[in-house]
Amino acid sequence: MATRAIDFAALHADEPPQLAAARAAAYAMPLAELDLLDTDLWVNDTHWPYFERLRDESPVHYHANGRFGPYWSVTRYADIMAVDTDHARFSSDAHLGGITAKDMDDDFILPMFIAMDPPKHDVQRKAVSPIVSPGNLANLEVLIRERAQKIFDELPVGETFDWVQRVSIELTTQMLATLFDFPWEDRRLLTYWSDMATADETVPGNPTKPEREAIMLECLMYFTKLWNERVNAPPTGDLVSMLAHNPATRDMVPMEYLGNLILLIVGGNDTTRNSITGGLTFMAANPDEWAKLRADPSLVENAVSEIIRYQTPLAHMRRTALVDVELGGKQIRKGDRVVMWYVSGNRDERAIAEPNRFMVDRARARQHLSFGFGIHRCVGNRLAEMQLKIVWQEILRRYPRGIEIMGEPGRVPSAFVKGYTSLPVRIPA
Amino acid sequence: MAKITYIAADGGARTLDIADGESLMEAALANGVPGIDGDCGGNAACATCHVHVDAAWLTAAGAKSDMEAAMLDFAEGVTADSRLACQIFASAAIDGMVVRTPVSQH
Repeated sequence: MATRAIDFAALHADEPPQLAAARAAAYAMPLAELDLLDTDLWVNDTHWPYFERLRDESPVHYHANGRFGPYWSVTRYADIMAVDTDHARFSSDAHLGGITAKDMDDDFILPMFIAMDPPKHDVQRKAVSPIVSPGNLANLEVLIRERAQKIFDELPVGETFDWVQRVSIELTTQMLATLFDFPWEDRRLLTYWSDMATADETVPGNPTKPEREAIMLECLMYFTKLWNERVNAPPTGDLVSMLAHNPATRDMVPMEYLGNLILLIVGGNDTTRNSITGGLTFMAANPDEWAKLRADPSLVENAVSEIIRYQTPLAHMRRTALVDVELGGKQIRKGDRVVMWYVSGNRDERAIAEPNRFMVDRARARQHLSFGFGIHRCVGNRLAEMQLKIVWQEILRRYPRGIEIMGEPGRVPSAFVKGYTSLPVRIPA
Repeated sequence: MAKITYIAADGGARTLDIADGESLMEAALANGVPGIDGDCGGNAACATCHVHVDAAWLTAAGAKSDMEAAMLDFAEGVTADSRLACQIFASAAIDGMVVRTPVSQH
């Protein structure tokens, strides 16, 4: 025990005390007792040493007593890639529990294509993907840049404000509202529904299951009204109109419509939001990297990929084994939950050099797991990258001295959405 | 070795000498050939190394796996001559092959 402590003291000399304590706990506890779904690990940002240990000692690990039932954790990059690309044996189907470690409620299944297998998945994904065609993205870029500039124009200088509210949420919400051609003055409903869709009801202060379901149904009612307005009108380029006119989706039952809406709202919402916030904290913690980016602004796209890797806005994605599968020397049984920990794979030194360093000029920065791989790879990934690029181009242009972080970020108590509830910042006067 | 020519959307051409067994995606990335991203590192898992193989070379390029076909199904601007560059490996059989890269790897 004493020798181990000395090793860690050398390796992790700069670690904040909370992380050092977590490291001690992670290595002292019997592996069989580990539950990565404990929200404390996420709200305190102390999960890192637990994943390190698993990657080294039990890369395909069975948790017999997880808080939502037994599950496997897959923590190495290569194994995650293997599961993600094996959709024939590892299902995303909502009826088997869906794509989060905590099963989707089976009495309120939201059928969304992320939680479907082929062939239905393929049909629905292809109905939606035109919204992010290269041509559409080029048009959206103009609009996003205008909106971003207006948001930045109105930020206070020399006083502390919450970056999450004023920038991260505002920008991504405006983007979503544009994609849906959603009534502008009501756009914060999109943020609200997105947050409610992923809220863990066991966390105090979050809505209960029936409350969450009622909120989801309100979302459906609002969007049904939009559908009804647009289904008989000529097709326009917004998502609602696309879904209402495309033969693959125009006969969807209401719950399927709601499911795909929630997918697009959540997919397009807190992921990008949390990467916008995260990027600010990483640059602040790594002033040399900020200096590199300032010296060579053409690095911005590479920096965006690195931000998305380093944040890993969705910490995991889950599958259900359709047959018995051997992985990493372990026997996964048909019906088992298998959790791919993107947040861990993105820090696996077996696949990524110096993974815990934030480097804006990292080679092969695009080869991170944050968007997933295989047929479910994030369909909006180029849109997310574009928003982040615009944010950083504006910051580079306007704030050469950078932005000061004025306090610790608040973090979302979730093992799925790896995000920030608040971040106090100040633009130097 | 195989001489492979990559033609960009703007018409610019680059010719590489690629060692047998190396994929056209890897060679492109290693040599800064534009228009290929290769986000998944060559696992037929992201469709960001999408290329159009010149008609004369399509047969020599070989057959697609199920996974490659599935991923191409979701790519943008896919045609009968579409392949994933990470699944085409240099050999004498494709010496002289010409591929075209799209405007963007969507």
